[in-house]
Amino acid sequence: MKAAVVTFPGSNGDYDLYKAAQQVGFDTHFVWHRERGLRAFDVVLLPGGFSYGDYLRAGAIARMSPIMEDVVAFADAGGPVLGICNGFQTLCEAGLLPGALVRNDVLRFQGKDVRVRVERADLPFTCDYSDGQILTIPIAHGEGNYEADEATLEKLEGEGRVVFRYVDREGSATDEANPNGSWHNIAGLTNESGNVLGLMPHPERAMERILGSDHGLALFTSLATSVPVLSA
Amino acid sequence: MTRYSIEIRIKPRPGLLDPEGKAIHHALHSLGWDNVEDVRVGKVMYLDLEAESADAATEAATAMCRKILANPVTEDFDVSLSVGGPAVEASQDKLEGARS
Repeated sequence: MKAAVVTFPGSNGDYDLYKAAQQVGFDTHFVWHRERGLRAFDVVLLPGGFSYGDYLRAGAIARMSPIMEDVVAFADAGGPVLGICNGFQTLCEAGLLPGALVRNDVLRFQGKDVRVRVERADLPFTCDYSDGQILTIPIAHGEGNYEADEATLEKLEGEGRVVFRYVDREGSATDEANPNGSWHNIAGLTNESGNVLGLMPHPERAMERILGSDHGLALFTSLATSVPVLSA
Repeated sequence: MTRYSIEIRIKPRPGLLDPEGKAIHHALHSLGWDNVEDVRVGKVMYLDLEAESADAATEAATAMCRKILANPVTEDFDVSLSVGGPAVEASQDKLEGARS
């Protein structure tokens, strides 16, 4: 069971992601953005960070890296692809997920714990969570404001493709609970076939209770549970 | 081949929240310019390139915008070009007009 952590110049969440994948039993490898070929892997992980200094737009230049052609091919073949934070932005830029992530409405970088509600517990990324479960997971981003046109939002909601939503203590998706102005409090979403997930919060930084929260752990155990089934 | 100077203007799409524009709008108001109704912040890119014709240069710049320079979800763009002079609209007739 092999996991690839794709590293771009400016990635900074790659070691946390590597550690998280390893912790749940993946034989984990870093793949530099200029390398080619992901066929040997069962899951592809795109880390957070500031690839290319967020120049042009967050994720826009990373999306043009040679490895991204392989990421797109891997996803098109049904392989599970997870993009966290800058990885999510890159997946949107690459067209693997719809919409875009723009500047936070509050205009400030947001680095804090937030609550998100699990909206879909039937995906390879979420099967160890339960529907409606509320998680405490940190965010760390300046451009996490999810934007899409009305038609796209309707489609996403209609097809149940919102996977995580920012909520308050009671589990309501209020404006106060929304840290960045995202439409419909969207914190994470999946593609039509449910094998690509992008999210702004950092589950790989919520792996141990002693470090604040272990609510991210189940995302990785979900992958470890479902990947052998997917590749069988 | 002719050398063209290209100017690409990228703007946030209408209706899209532009927090930076909003903050600047607020700053202008607090400095007394309360007649400012709206501020939107975009970016301008200057490219120099060689092409067979003005149309070919415009076409190349438009392709660059579609492929990477602008994000169609959030941004609109327009392209203008000049041949050793101030930027003019990107059509062949106007270019020829500018030269004569």
